[in-house]
Amino acid sequence: MNNVILLAISAILVNNFVLSQFLGICPFLGVSKKIETALGMGGAVIFVMTISSCITRAIYDLFLYPYGLDYLNTIVFILIIASLVQFVETVLKKFIPSLYRSLGIYLPLITTNCAVLGAALLNIDKNYNVLYSTLYGLFSGVGFTLALVLFAGVREKLEYSDIPESLKGLPISLIAASLVSMAFLGFKGLFGI
Amino acid sequence: MLQELLLPTSLVGGLGLIFGIGLAYASKKFEVKADERVAAVREVLPGANCGACGFTGCDGFAEGVVNGKCKVNGCPVGGDTVAKAISEILGVEAEAVVAKAARVMCGGTCTSCKTKFDYSGIEDCVAASSLFGGPSACTYGCVGLGTCVRACPFEAIQIVDGLAMVNAAKCKACEMCVASCPKKIIKMIPICNEYTVSCSSMDKGATVRKNCSVGCIGCGKCSKVCPKGAISVEGTLAKINPEICSNCGECIKVCPTNAIKRYKCSC
Repeated sequence: MNNVILLAISAILVNNFVLSQFLGICPFLGVSKKIETALGMGGAVIFVMTISSCITRAIYDLFLYPYGLDYLNTIVFILIIASLVQFVETVLKKFIPSLYRSLGIYLPLITTNCAVLGAALLNIDKNYNVLYSTLYGLFSGVGFTLALVLFAGVREKLEYSDIPESLKGLPISLIAASLVSMAFLGFKGLFGI
Repeated sequence: MLQELLLPTSLVGGLGLIFGIGLAYASKKFEVKADERVAAVREVLPGANCGACGFTGCDGFAEGVVNGKCKVNGCPVGGDTVAKAISEILGVEAEAVVAKAARVMCGGTCTSCKTKFDYSGIEDCVAASSLFGGPSACTYGCVGLGTCVRACPFEAIQIVDGLAMVNAAKCKACEMCVASCPKKIIKMIPICNEYTVSCSSMDKGATVRKNCSVGCIGCGKCSKVCPKGAISVEGTLAKINPEICSNCGECIKVCPTNAIKRYKCSC
C-alpha cells in the first residue's frame, strides 16, 4: 500500500510527465486554452494511458521478453496504442455516446501522444509488474491532467492581462509553462523520490 | 539466422493482423447507424456554427432537428429558406420565422452621455464595466469598447462615436452579441418594427437627465399618445411591445428627449 502511495506521488507530482519529464508538450500547449477542454483531454489520456500501460506490459512479458525481442518495444507499443485507441473509440461510440461526444475529438490526438508511449516504455525501464504498470499509467494520466488543468487556469487568466504585443499568444504561454514547471521543481526530493 | 529474421517479422506482422481483424470485427459489431437525414439537413444549414439555435453548432442542430428536439425553424440565421429546405427533407410543415435583428438599446454617444472617468485599460467592455460599472456616467448604457463587434461573426456591428450600431442588413440574428454584452442592452427586435426606445437606464428621470441627453426619463408621454397601447412604462423606462406596435410613429413626435429612435425598414 505504501508503495502505491509513493508511486502516485512520484507520478503525479515529483516526476510529472509534462512538467518534469517534458513528455506530451504538444497537447499541453494545444488543448490548454480552456479548463473544460483540458479536463476532456485529461480524461481521455487517463483512460488510454491506464489501459495501454496494462496491455503493453502484458504483451512485453508474454511475447517480447521471452523471445529476446526487446528492440521492437517502440514499434510494437505504437501499434498497440493506435489499435487500442481506435477500438476504444468504436466501443465508446456504441455504448457510451455521451462520453464519446465529450472525449471524441481528443481520442485520435492521443494515438500519437508521446506521453502515452512514454508511460509504456518507462514501465519496462522501471521493471514494474502488470498491476504496477497499470497503476503507473493511471497516476501518470492523473499527473498529465493536473498539469493540463493547472496550465489552462493560468492561460484563462492570461487572456485578461495586459501582455506586451510581441509576447502575445504562444510566447507568453511558453514563459508561463516554464514558470509552472519551475513550481513543480519544488517537489523534487519529496519523500526521497 | 532465419529465426532472427522470421521471429520479429512474424510477431509484428501477426500482432498487426490480429489487431486489424479485431478492429474490423469491432467496427462491424459495434456499428452505429447514422441517420442519413442528419447529413442532408447539415448540407442545407448556413454552416456559420454560431450557436444561435442553442446547440453547439450546425452539426448539433442538424441532429437535434432530426431527433425532434427542436423545430425546423430553429435556425435564425438561415431563416425561412433553410426552414423550408429542412421541412422538405423531414417531410413536416414549416412554420414561418419572424425575421429579427439585433438592436442596441442605448443612444448614449460620446457627446450625449457624460463620462465618469478616463478609462485607459484593456479595450474590452467586460473588463471596463467591471471597474465601477464602466467609464460612462450611465451604468446601464453602452460601454462602446466593441466587445460585441468582436463577437459578431458577420461583421454587422460598428462602434460609431462610442456607441455600438448594428447594420440590420448584415445582422443574421445569431445573438452572439447579445451574449457578449456585459450590460445586456442588445435585444433582438423583429426587423419590421421601426421604433425602439433606445435606452436601458433604470435610473430615476432626474438622474438620467443629468447623465445623458437622450435617455428615457419615463415621462409616459409616448404611452399616452400610442393609439394601439403598445407602450408601457415600467419604472422609469418606456418599452414598446413589438407584437402590438403598428409603426405609426406618434411616439417619436412627442418624446421630449429623443430617446425613441426609428430604424428604417423596407417591409
